[in-house]
Amino acid sequence: MSALDVTDLRISYDTRRGRREVVHGVDLTIDEGEVLALVGESGSGKSTTAHALLGLLPAGGRIEGGSIRIGDTDVSGWSDARLRSVRGARIGLVPQDPVSSLDPVRRIGVQVGEILRLHGERDPKAIRHRVIDLLERVGLDDPQLRASQYPHELSGGMRQRVLIATAIALKPRLIIADEPTSALDATVSRHILDLLDELREEDGTALLLVTHDLGVAADRADRITVLRDGDVVESGRTGDILAAPADRYTRQLLADAPAFQTVEPRTPPAPLYLRDPDAAGAEDPFAIVAEGIVKRFAARGREPFLAVDDVSFRVRRGTTHAIVGESGSGKTTTARIVTRFLDADAGTVSIDGSDVLALRGRGLRELRRDVQLVYQNPFSSLDPRQSIGSIVAEPLVNFRIGSRAERRDRVAELLERVALPADAAERSARELSGGQRQRVAIARALAAGPRVVVLDEAVSALDVTVQARILELLDSLQQELGLTYLFISHDLAVVRRLSHTVSVMRKGRVVESGDTREIFERPAHEYTRELLAAVPGRPSHTVSPARKELVP
Amino acid sequence: MSAGLTDPLTDTVIDVSAPAATPVTAPAAATAEPPRARRRRRLPAPGLIVAIAVLALAVAWVIIPSVFAPADPLTGVPADKLQGPSLAHLFGTDQLGRDVLTRVVHGAVHSLTGALVAVLVGLVVGTVVGVLSGSIGGIVDDVLMRIVDVLLAIPGLLLSLSVIILLGFGTVNAAIAVGIGSIASFARLSRSEVVRVRRTDYVEAAFGSGGRFLTVLRRHVLPNSLTAVLGLAALQFGTAILAISTLGFLGYGAPPPTPEWGLLIAEGRNYVATAWWLTVFPGLVVLAVVLSANRLSQAISRRTR
Repeated sequence: MSALDVTDLRISYDTRRGRREVVHGVDLTIDEGEVLALVGESGSGKSTTAHALLGLLPAGGRIEGGSIRIGDTDVSGWSDARLRSVRGARIGLVPQDPVSSLDPVRRIGVQVGEILRLHGERDPKAIRHRVIDLLERVGLDDPQLRASQYPHELSGGMRQRVLIATAIALKPRLIIADEPTSALDATVSRHILDLLDELREEDGTALLLVTHDLGVAADRADRITVLRDGDVVESGRTGDILAAPADRYTRQLLADAPAFQTVEPRTPPAPLYLRDPDAAGAEDPFAIVAEGIVKRFAARGREPFLAVDDVSFRVRRGTTHAIVGESGSGKTTTARIVTRFLDADAGTVSIDGSDVLALRGRGLRELRRDVQLVYQNPFSSLDPRQSIGSIVAEPLVNFRIGSRAERRDRVAELLERVALPADAAERSARELSGGQRQRVAIARALAAGPRVVVLDEAVSALDVTVQARILELLDSLQQELGLTYLFISHDLAVVRRLSHTVSVMRKGRVVESGDTREIFERPAHEYTRELLAAVPGRPSHTVSPARKELVP
Repeated sequence: MSAGLTDPLTDTVIDVSAPAATPVTAPAAATAEPPRARRRRRLPAPGLIVAIAVLALAVAWVIIPSVFAPADPLTGVPADKLQGPSLAHLFGTDQLGRDVLTRVVHGAVHSLTGALVAVLVGLVVGTVVGVLSGSIGGIVDDVLMRIVDVLLAIPGLLLSLSVIILLGFGTVNAAIAVGIGSIASFARLSRSEVVRVRRTDYVEAAFGSGGRFLTVLRRHVLPNSLTAVLGLAALQFGTAILAISTLGFLGYGAPPPTPEWGLLIAEGRNYVATAWWLTVFPGLVVLAVVLSANRLSQAISRRTR
């Protein structure tokens, strides 16, 4: 008997132009205790399928046909009220975003206890005991304290653990994890996936893992089902799919997953300044030199928090320097100091030999021509009311570069440069996908002809396939325009793809820095090794149980 | 990312719909369709159509009252006094034999322009205060918001009455008084919207693209924060009609025999027992217009989201 058996599942959504089928006959089977990964990019229908199993389709969504069997019960066509007995009890759900999935005004203990109350437990003492047990089970330190805290007092990883505690509270036979780690850092992700693995082994629970990263699927799943545009394109044992992907799309996904990338790490003495005698002859081959940057954040009634503590690095002209670390390591603060959106408390930053930390007013504005920042989230970094054309033209207008007609030509050229269709200039950002929006943001950053581009997690919010295309774009732009990149990321797999040199940051300090190859092949610091181990799909991937005290 | 942390409420709302939006919109954006199909408007809800019709009728009364009521609103036929509603006099007649419908139609100009002036005063002054406060911040913000606190602390009617006593009686002065009463809420709302928009990545990116303070304010902050303010303006329009009518009823507005709606109801009050139509019909008209303005405001603020 299988834990879940789905045949010919079809789901449609209500749109302005009538109903639109988004999942066309998906078959899934998960055996007891098995891990099935449902892989696909956004829009492939993977989350829709997972939510449909629980009857949690959003308004406008409807199951058009097919059957869903959970264990030996056929639940297809069940009403919402009847499905309530299945949710939590038979199938647990670990949602995607731990930040918005917990009620901000209720204590953790109450929220975990709610599922017990809803399914008939009345004794407050028993509930309390069970909640503490569950919180301990998912590896939270001091469960008593955690139960009495509010969600904002917990980190993202801890919140995801709380949600997992809720999912396993009633010992369901199947857990659906919908992109459980996409909002988390690489290291935290690994701990969360380890936890799911552990729980599964102890209880023999089956797991449906929804993910866009084939690397994660390869590490964790027994079998993989690849979805594209609502169709299953390939399904089989993990080893078989990785060894011999039958479908073209699977091969593409495999090629794009940063973890499987076979590209050699880039080495620093690569481009431009060797080929360009002027640059080679110049006394200073460095585009960015940061020396001893310190930044404190003072919060009312608290000790000032040292976000960046004596950070130094140098970036050669025309190369990429990556700053890697988990959230809270100070890497974004460093990037914002270099771009002068924040003031440093101490230290110097020179760009092309001139100190930029002292710049004010007019000088600061001129700096923006040379230094540009690309943001992590392409959905928030573009003005929703502007057309793509005016977004890209904005730096040109601000710096009074060219006439109206020249600006229009330049915009068309930039859009072509980032591989967007020419008619995109007339459209609004709303009509574009995440990857396309990030291309727009890159085009805007390039408009005024900067020499340094700071990429703050610029590909972290994107699917692996889109990520791969953006990285290719950044690479070719660097080679053609001789740009210097400062690349901020938590994901070492992505870093290897683009950067020549790396600084690893932890708690505001640089713990290790050097050539990318060096860092990858001979990591010196314990923390760098930890980061490397967190990269999914690596052959050397080993989970040492001794790391438990590092749990976030 | 920061928006998600600071605004859990909207974040949750977005996230609930996210699984739906992703599969539906992503392919839609990918396939190149003619833009016209995408921009096709959905038919508004029936309630909204009724609301717009009511407001359009009220506006028509302001512009061309004699088409709807050719008679003179100020002179009546004494013989026909205090007649109940009939085909000749749909809303009945008052104690001087004047047709109530005619007076309501001709009164629209007083009540509606009054409300318009009131909303404009509130909108302009309030938004300027709010935008200054939200975009400059610091001490300016503190000072302006404490003044707004004081305005909020005084009951609206009392504030309007004090202003009228300072300015003198009359329709326009009543309207200004009501407008001053609504400055505080406009200032608060526009400030919160400006503060929200100022924190977004695209505003920082605009500064990063070399934008100056005023340019960024004009190009990004104002367009993205004012929709909610316009929604409040429509809501305030309804409230202002009510407030002006209240002042008229209390005798602080236009003097008789002006057919202003509040005054109509006030004059009818003396005959409530014998001639109910004098208060009921003007009252219903006020009610219908206020409700319609509220409905329109709701539609505007819903479109913002």
